[in-house]
Amino acid sequence: MATLTLRDIKKSFGATHVLHGVDLDVTDGEMIVIVGASGCGKSTLLRIVAGLETETSGEVLIAGQSMKGLEPADRDVAMVFQNYALYPHMSVFQNMAYGLKIRGLPKDQIQHRVDEAAGLLGIGHLLQRKPRELSGGQRQRVAMGRAIVREPKLFLFDEPLSNLDAKLRVELRAEIRRLQRRLGVTSLFVTHDQVEAMTLGDRLVVMNAGRAAQIATPMEIWERPADTYVAGFIGSPSMNLLHATLEAGGAAAILDAGGLRLPFADGPRAGAAGRKLIIGIRPEHLRPGQGGLDVMVELVEPLGGESVLHGKLADGTPLTARLPGARYEDGATQLALPTESLHVFDGETGKRIEAGG
Amino acid sequence: MSVTTDATALAERTRRRQFREKIVTHVCLLAGILIFVFPIYLTLIGSTHDVNTIGRGDVPLLPGAEAVANYTQAWGAGGGRYMGTPAGTMLANSLIMALCIAVGKIAISLTSAYAVVFFRFPLRMVFFWLIFITLMLPVEVRIIPTFQVMVDLGLTNTMAGLVIPLIASATATLLFRQFFLTIPDEYVEAAKIDGAGPIRFFIDVVLPLSRTNIAALFVILFIYGWNQYLWPLLIVNDRSLETVVVGLTKMIGTGDQQNEWNVIMATAVFALLPPVAVVVFMQRWFVKGLTETEK
Repeated sequence: MATLTLRDIKKSFGATHVLHGVDLDVTDGEMIVIVGASGCGKSTLLRIVAGLETETSGEVLIAGQSMKGLEPADRDVAMVFQNYALYPHMSVFQNMAYGLKIRGLPKDQIQHRVDEAAGLLGIGHLLQRKPRELSGGQRQRVAMGRAIVREPKLFLFDEPLSNLDAKLRVELRAEIRRLQRRLGVTSLFVTHDQVEAMTLGDRLVVMNAGRAAQIATPMEIWERPADTYVAGFIGSPSMNLLHATLEAGGAAAILDAGGLRLPFADGPRAGAAGRKLIIGIRPEHLRPGQGGLDVMVELVEPLGGESVLHGKLADGTPLTARLPGARYEDGATQLALPTESLHVFDGETGKRIEAGG
Repeated sequence: MSVTTDATALAERTRRRQFREKIVTHVCLLAGILIFVFPIYLTLIGSTHDVNTIGRGDVPLLPGAEAVANYTQAWGAGGGRYMGTPAGTMLANSLIMALCIAVGKIAISLTSAYAVVFFRFPLRMVFFWLIFITLMLPVEVRIIPTFQVMVDLGLTNTMAGLVIPLIASATATLLFRQFFLTIPDEYVEAAKIDGAGPIRFFIDVVLPLSRTNIAALFVILFIYGWNQYLWPLLIVNDRSLETVVVGLTKMIGTGDQQNEWNVIMATAVFALLPPVAVVVFMQRWFVKGLTETEK
């Protein structure tokens, strides 16, 4: 158990810059989820912490100690891989015990630790099997067991649930969270799945093109995304992003499509009249109602308790709405935008603009 | 009603077609077996007659009564009036040579392929291509310089001189390299995090995963070593180091004397046995190594 500090981590492979300086402070026992689209550098960041890659510049500190020049084995971290990376010729027991054996732990202690971890994960009856005789979920448990027996300072998860089917993923997700809380080990968890990120993390790091776009708790990110990338990435279906301009005085925005006036509920924004804005509204905040957006609905996806509507505005901008109930049809309709649920971003930089800012 | 009849007729047609296909398959197989087995059968039969039966020019197709005498002579005394190396000695020489070549080749190519695949060092690809290029040069091309080197090292007429030049193997290195490339990077990384160094990783992970490939290569290389002819002929003229393949050809005279075909054939049968034994015992592994990977 330990803290983890990343200071301005940069990484380039030849001329390709993958990480542009990431800072992060992880407190003891915290579960941090690094989330982002593929190629954003999230796995590279994890591998730098593990010591499998060397940072081009910057510093990794585990429990306050610089990891510069230390081999993965000397960092006291354990990693769970996406494809499990269980040695195929070793039994489950041997797989879990391998790291301890190399460290020269006495046999009875190895036995004790493996038994304990196996009990914790419910894989005690599988110890003599080979990995190929296990199902995907069981393999993933073994991979976690291998990490747990090491009793490391840090758990590193590299998309460990991606190879599992949807049902198992949900089950194991909850289990990982319970285990991590119970063991209290500081953890980094990399995923591209925003639902996984929201449910697992104490805090999220949303990565975009080699930068940490936002580091905050899941709810904070959902309620106040730092820029349009984070806004579009977190939440399902994605947030609607509509072009608009600032009204003189800054108390409202005028939508480009249809010229609808949207007053800001939380106060005026700075800037000259005509400042380019992007207005964000989550699909679930739209409501059927008069005096709102004119939408041409093209597709209705009934989900039982609610429906997802895909449509277009007058100028062709796509719009998604998630509405309660299932009685919707294709064709022209009007949707109201509750002004208290609007997000305001700068039209050029995409950064969030707060009231008065 | 008519549907049932149609179905029955169709099933009957299918059954006949399958039967015809079976017959064709078996005829082809039988022809193949005849072509391959007949010479070996002749050898076996020949080794059971006395020297005069074959000497007359008859080709007997039924076993004779001299089997024990022929095999005893071949094993203990050797054939040919002047040049008799006993088959026992020659078999031992061939066995040692073939084993050393097979084991040596596997050891060298495993380690060099491991170095080329799992380590980053300057000129890595240069070394790989150097190994690869030697594939283009058959043994015969470099046989004279190799002979000169062995003479300079004083290794003529020694088992070492027989084995060492044949050990370097680009083919096996290449095969192991291809196999190592299929080992997922995650194993390497998991081992790094587990704290296994390069040598431990080699012994604990790479070697066990290569088991079937090693077995398959062992079979191929053992037979390759066993069948070596030109190099043993050149490097060894000491009778006590003669290999069975070379010895066999030396037993067949140049025409100024009668060949003891009965003993020659008995020796040939001896020469067949070890490779056959290796193939039979390692067949399971051999097929596995060539067809499946354990992952």
